[in-house]
Amino acid sequence: MSAGGGVDWPADSYAALKSADIRQVAYVPDAGHARLIQLCAGDPRMRMVPLTSEEEGVGLAAGAWLGGQRSVLLMQSSGVGNCINALALIETCRFPLLTLVTMRGEFGEFNPWQVPMGRATPEALACADVLVQRVSEAAEVGAAVAGAARLAFASYCAVAVLLSQQLVGAKSFQK
Amino acid sequence: MSRANLLDRRAVVRSLLAERGDLLVVTGLGAPAWDATAAGDSPLTFPLWGAMGSAATVGLGLALAQPDRDVLVLTGDGEMLMGLGSLATIAVQRPANLALVVLDNERYGETGMQETHTALGVDLAAIAAGCGFAQSETIRAMAGVEALRERLRARQGPLFAQIKIAADSPPLVLPPRDGGLLKTRFRAALLGPGADLA
Repeated sequence: MSAGGGVDWPADSYAALKSADIRQVAYVPDAGHARLIQLCAGDPRMRMVPLTSEEEGVGLAAGAWLGGQRSVLLMQSSGVGNCINALALIETCRFPLLTLVTMRGEFGEFNPWQVPMGRATPEALACADVLVQRVSEAAEVGAAVAGAARLAFASYCAVAVLLSQQLVGAKSFQK
Repeated sequence: MSRANLLDRRAVVRSLLAERGDLLVVTGLGAPAWDATAAGDSPLTFPLWGAMGSAATVGLGLALAQPDRDVLVLTGDGEMLMGLGSLATIAVQRPANLALVVLDNERYGETGMQETHTALGVDLAAIAAGCGFAQSETIRAMAGVEALRERLRARQGPLFAQIKIAADSPPLVLPPRDGGLLKTRFRAALLGPGADLA
């Protein structure tokens, strides 16, 4: 629980990833992921892999699974478009993929350049055969991440958890 | 520069994969996959048929997951150019067991032999060195290839090598195309038959 009495959803995400035995954490930073990145970086069982572009995390996820490890890809909605061609690897080979996407370009966005990719994110992921699960309530994040991880790794699916800007903004930008 | 002295790609790959033992191999799409298959299809080779630019990061995920095994990524100059950022990503991870070998014919071989950026002055080995690869070199002779084969096992990587090869198109020798099969046979060979029973 945070000082304000709210739910500490990044900690819940971290606990879900830990419980799912995630060993490689690929990320392009986003303010909404900052605390989760910090928590994962403090865990010696999680290898932090900063990326120069999001599609690198798709290849990494495939390679990790080939080698017997589970990974997660953390990114912002603006990075989803970068992943599209690489996602052919996931769909064609039925690799598991777990990605947590912090949304921009929707609730209260002030930067118009974020709007197009934010709007396209759910459909772009769905077109690439990624199951899309949106979370807007802080209290639901932990269970959503845990469920998405189980779905991805037990059922060989690509799953994206979209963390809505309402959720991310409320915790990260309106202190 | 004279192209007569450039290396034969099949001879290069045959040499790199000679007595490969338990070496794990990821190839980029196109000719490097055909070359690896011509040297002998193996369940411990994962050839990409698409996702251009991803070979290096597939190799990275595998190398991080299997630090006690040697991992070789074999790809072409066009595929590597599409994933240049991954050189920076790999370099900062410093996987000692990962080697990235680019078969550089300075051409997009699958699409009509158009020139790539390496034909026009881009130096991939210099880029890898600049990113911080522990070793990076350009190889133009078979003696260099043979020495490289030994260093694939030295665990002093990440290692980058750009091998200048002739721009020809030897006969197609294709690996399986079914991605599910390629993934499953690789995992079974590496992790054992129970890999997907957990």
